[in-house]
Amino acid sequence: MTELENDVLAIIAEKGRVERDRLALDARLADLEIASLDVIEIVFALEERFGIEIPFNANDARKEFDTVGDVLRAVESVVAKPAA
Amino acid sequence: MGHRRVVVTGLGVVSPIGSGVADYADGLFAGRCGIGPLSLVPTEGLSVRIAGEVRGFDPAAHFDARRLGLLDRGSQFALVAARQAVEASGLGFASDFGGPLGLRTATILGTGVGGITTLDEGFHRLYRQGAQRLHPFTIPRLMVSAPTAQVSMEFGLTGPAFTASSACASAAHAIGLAFQMVRGGLADAAVTGGTEASLTFGALKGWEAMRIVSPDGCRPFCATRNGMVLGEGAAVLVLETLDSARGRGADILGEIAGFGMSADAKDITAPDAAGAARAMRAALADAGLEPDGVGYVNAHGTGTTANDATEARAIHAVFGDHARRLLVSSTKSMVGHALGAAGALEAAATLLALRRQVVPPTAGVERPDPACALDVVPRDARDAKVEAALSNSFAFGGLNAALAFRRV
Repeated sequence: MTELENDVLAIIAEKGRVERDRLALDARLADLEIASLDVIEIVFALEERFGIEIPFNANDARKEFDTVGDVLRAVESVVAKPAA
Repeated sequence: MGHRRVVVTGLGVVSPIGSGVADYADGLFAGRCGIGPLSLVPTEGLSVRIAGEVRGFDPAAHFDARRLGLLDRGSQFALVAARQAVEASGLGFASDFGGPLGLRTATILGTGVGGITTLDEGFHRLYRQGAQRLHPFTIPRLMVSAPTAQVSMEFGLTGPAFTASSACASAAHAIGLAFQMVRGGLADAAVTGGTEASLTFGALKGWEAMRIVSPDGCRPFCATRNGMVLGEGAAVLVLETLDSARGRGADILGEIAGFGMSADAKDITAPDAAGAARAMRAALADAGLEPDGVGYVNAHGTGTTANDATEARAIHAVFGDHARRLLVSSTKSMVGHALGAAGALEAAATLLALRRQVVPPTAGVERPDPACALDVVPRDARDAKVEAALSNSFAFGGLNAALAFRRV
């Protein structure tokens, strides 16, 4: 697991109030009972943590962020060089 | 003692598609969109770039410098709309409000955010520019009750007066309470409505962080909708009893027939169809209307995925088969979402629709969302025989209000 992945999952676990070991990449946010408002807070925390802008509109939330892996990929795609 | 019937005899509007009822009506029925590039604040550092602004509003044309020093933009809008409404009603300061009627007139306005222009500018000076002190009028300008207080002072209205604040339903709650007061005999007239002017850099950053603002336009009930667009403005209504309006030969715009409220008690942002339906049903019951007696619903219709789908479900639940014949439009497509003023701007639109027998369109709709399964009057206004109409307001936090209007 990369440091980036580690950090992203830690933030999802904290803001989504979900136990870390439930955060499989294919786990659906809805199944983890991470509500839309939690997703917005997660995106905010990720932007603050990495100093990035994640293009995200809550009106497309279901399309864009269905799973934990979707969130991770969104961060990876805007972080130019993820730390190893 | 039976309930008194309550009618609207004055209307005033300050909006992104025009100020004054005539311009507002022209804009609504022409499907004119007042949403455009933000000009009130620099957009550098903002992802929100469009809004429904009241353009060309010149405070100095309405207020002298001494008065203006005490007025946040929201109070300015409220006063200008109230002056129009009172003038249209034919009630005069000296002749009517200066006498016993002033004691028996309620002032109830809705505001969702309050004087945030004043707050934003003050805090910018304090935190960013290192100012040591704030202007002494900061508090009387920014308090959420300031517009109500200013309107009561403007006309000498000494009856019950307060601000109703329930985010996006504030004005609908204000009008509903004013209606109940006049109907129940606690007041003989009311100056009511809502005002909002919250397009500040700080407030817009807050909306930006919510991630629900559209980058390109407000298209309620459209398959391609992608969020809300913020607006600003004010609308004020003068209410009185049907008997008093007829007795003095006033021009009657329409009747407020009923009012319904509910709380979702579920989520601070997500809407709930059951809560919305309860408010609509309560308004219909209060008005003694059957669902098929309603011809038009001015929807809350924000243009977000969640609101419009949920509101459509609620309308289908309340109206059943009649939902397919009902005309439903969102005038936010033209003026944006003016938050605490929205319910008043939409009450005004609903009254104008009843009066003119023309339903304003949902402008900007490219393709009605089949999932909503409603006639949302896309793009062009439509002539329609409408005897009764609803105006919906569903706020963040699940605070819902629906007003029922009837043609007189």
